[in-house]
Amino acid sequence: MFQIEFESTDTVVGIDLGTTNSLVAWMNLTKPEVIVGADGDKLVPSVVSLSATGDIIVGNEARKELIDHPDRTIYSVKRLMGRGIEDVRGELKLFPFRIAEGSESVIQVKLGEQTFTPSEISAFILRQLKKNAEAALGTAVTKAVITVPAYFNDAQRQATRDAGRIAGLEVLRLVNEPTAAALAYGLDKRQEGIIAVYDLGGGTFDISILKLHDGIFEVLATNGDTHLGGDDIDNRLLRIALEDLQSEWGEDLSHVGEVVQTLRRDVIGAKEGLSFAPAAVIRFDWGGKRYQREITRELFENLIRDLVDRTLGPCRDCMRDAGVAPEQIDEVVLVGGSTRIPLVRSAVEVLFRAKPHTEMNPDEVVALGAAVQAGILSGTVENQLLLDVTPLSLGIETYGGVVAKIIHRNSTIPASASETFTTGVDGQTNVLIHVVQGERELAKDCRSLARFDLKDIPPMPTGMARVEVRFLIDANGILQVTARDARTGKEHSVEVKPSYGLTDEQVEAMIEASIDHAEEDLQAAQAALARVDADTILAAIDKAKRNDAWLDLTEEERRRIADAIRGLQAVYHSDDHHTIREKIDVLNEETHHLAENMMNTAVRSALKGTKI
Amino acid sequence: MTREYFEFFGLQRNLALDTTDLVKRFYALSRKYHPDLYARKSRADQDEALEASAVLNDAYRTLRDPITRLTYLLKLEGFDIGEQGTKDVPPELLEEIFELNMALEENPADSAGRERFVEMRNEIDAEMQGKFSDWDAGHNRETLVHLRGLLNRRKYISNLIDKTNVPD
Repeated sequence: MFQIEFESTDTVVGIDLGTTNSLVAWMNLTKPEVIVGADGDKLVPSVVSLSATGDIIVGNEARKELIDHPDRTIYSVKRLMGRGIEDVRGELKLFPFRIAEGSESVIQVKLGEQTFTPSEISAFILRQLKKNAEAALGTAVTKAVITVPAYFNDAQRQATRDAGRIAGLEVLRLVNEPTAAALAYGLDKRQEGIIAVYDLGGGTFDISILKLHDGIFEVLATNGDTHLGGDDIDNRLLRIALEDLQSEWGEDLSHVGEVVQTLRRDVIGAKEGLSFAPAAVIRFDWGGKRYQREITRELFENLIRDLVDRTLGPCRDCMRDAGVAPEQIDEVVLVGGSTRIPLVRSAVEVLFRAKPHTEMNPDEVVALGAAVQAGILSGTVENQLLLDVTPLSLGIETYGGVVAKIIHRNSTIPASASETFTTGVDGQTNVLIHVVQGERELAKDCRSLARFDLKDIPPMPTGMARVEVRFLIDANGILQVTARDARTGKEHSVEVKPSYGLTDEQVEAMIEASIDHAEEDLQAAQAALARVDADTILAAIDKAKRNDAWLDLTEEERRRIADAIRGLQAVYHSDDHHTIREKIDVLNEETHHLAENMMNTAVRSALKGTKI
Repeated sequence: MTREYFEFFGLQRNLALDTTDLVKRFYALSRKYHPDLYARKSRADQDEALEASAVLNDAYRTLRDPITRLTYLLKLEGFDIGEQGTKDVPPELLEEIFELNMALEENPADSAGRERFVEMRNEIDAEMQGKFSDWDAGHNRETLVHLRGLLNRRKYISNLIDKTNVPD
């Protein structure tokens, strides 16, 4: 772990870990390319299900389980990443998340009777993508670039990085989704200019404004809403359908998981249809009854107009922060499945006064950009460089709960700030620093990141101690804190208590557990293979007993074969494939003569049948 | 590696910077220090690049804006730039500000007072520009003393503008 000097032959993949769908891509020589899964699909639905036998199912297979086993299946888990229970109360009304007890600082989701953190659920998705990449590329994949919404805070970023680690991936870089999209678009494109990337995905909205200059992609400003996306649009349609059912059938079905999931699938179908047709029909069959409702595009647009409008405020703020006017923006790029909606496209066009780019598949462009960034990191892509920013201001809580901002939002990262702290009481030996993220004046209105405890300060009169604390936001947008004694220059110990998210120890334990499971899984697979071989040889011997060759064996030989068969049967269900293989070898040895006899018999009968 | 921002950019401690040149230097240094270019290097090299690019970005942010640039230079030259209140505001200006504030209190909708504050700040900015060139010509400490006064006066006026919510 201390040396990550790797060979240039190491493949670094780019992963778009989306709310609705996830994808993995790689640099195929000079071109980024999305990897197709074993089921022939590029998109892996971000759905995870726990089967009755305890197996984890991911993707298209898991999506089927949403209807039949909604209590064992989860989707849109990205909405829970790096969040506390208080943050997601509103969501719980609309999303069938089953939250376990004790979820204050890290949410625990229930699948069946088992509980998982959002990072673990995401790790299952990442592991599937890793497997798809390994199968397609024919090589082990251990390094990845993973994309996150630009507006993700520190805790959400850490949770994503933790998911990667749990999945056995070294996360070389977290890249902001809109920036990744710009990278994908920027290939072989213009040399200079200002680009706006409008990214409306399944659960999040991002807007970024970038300046392109000779291969350098400099983000000028970013803004967004981590809780706005296609899911919200689906919920609007879902609510209408449920209300209709209530009035037409006289039943409140909003608490029946199976109904909600089936309806959700049906309204999504209608929503997608409305991007191409002036009207679409929601059809829903349940218990012998049929519900049908036509949705015109006009009705749909009225239904979602306020959601689309909610994206425009962040866009204006972003332009102001970037110091650019709409007419200065040369190109607008659309990212995310929700940008297929005509109302979204026209709103963007009006705001930026430019026809948005739609040449690239909005579902794939982020993963492709992640692959380009992977190429930059592994040295296969030269000359291109991404200079990204931190989306939120970093501050520390001071007297009266007021926030002192130390790194302002839209600062290019890595960025740093140093502050000197002292004691307020004679003989005080520790200082507690509360770090928050956000734009509000008071700490309680910002996002609490962590409390750092500066310990072991030598007892001194008030104000004499001087501890210099350095806050550094790295290229992943994640905060690092170091402290030193300003007088002696000695490193100072800092104990970090994250407000939300997993401690390093918890992540380590999850990695251990997943490695254990991987070992177990491998063992089980090898034992199963050995059993297949055992079946083959046992079936062959059974067949041989009806052959003349069997009769040619001595009594002793037949007895020894019978012993060997019993020996194999005794260990047949062992978990250890070595034991099974050993007994197969013994049986092979004992049936050597039988096999020879059979060859001869076969030759004899072949000769017999040949007319000379 | 130096942590002194002007030196990091290979510049004299001058105040009237050519921003086009600064951007050019920023891009060139980014291509030298950005952590993305060190992903295949040793942990020690990565840490060094992270540190260097953080200083680079902090320096660029500080130097590209004339006010933060001046504040930084004053600190570097050993000036105390803490809260100065009205110390550097000429009495006749103070008197005018007092009257404008009174008028604003009576009629908050009247924009004339706010406009006058913005005008005052623009006047300070223009005077600062001239002093920037004076400093660059001979690095005369007396110029910095004058500039510190202007900076404090500007801070005072800026606070007034913020309070009256005049859009910049």
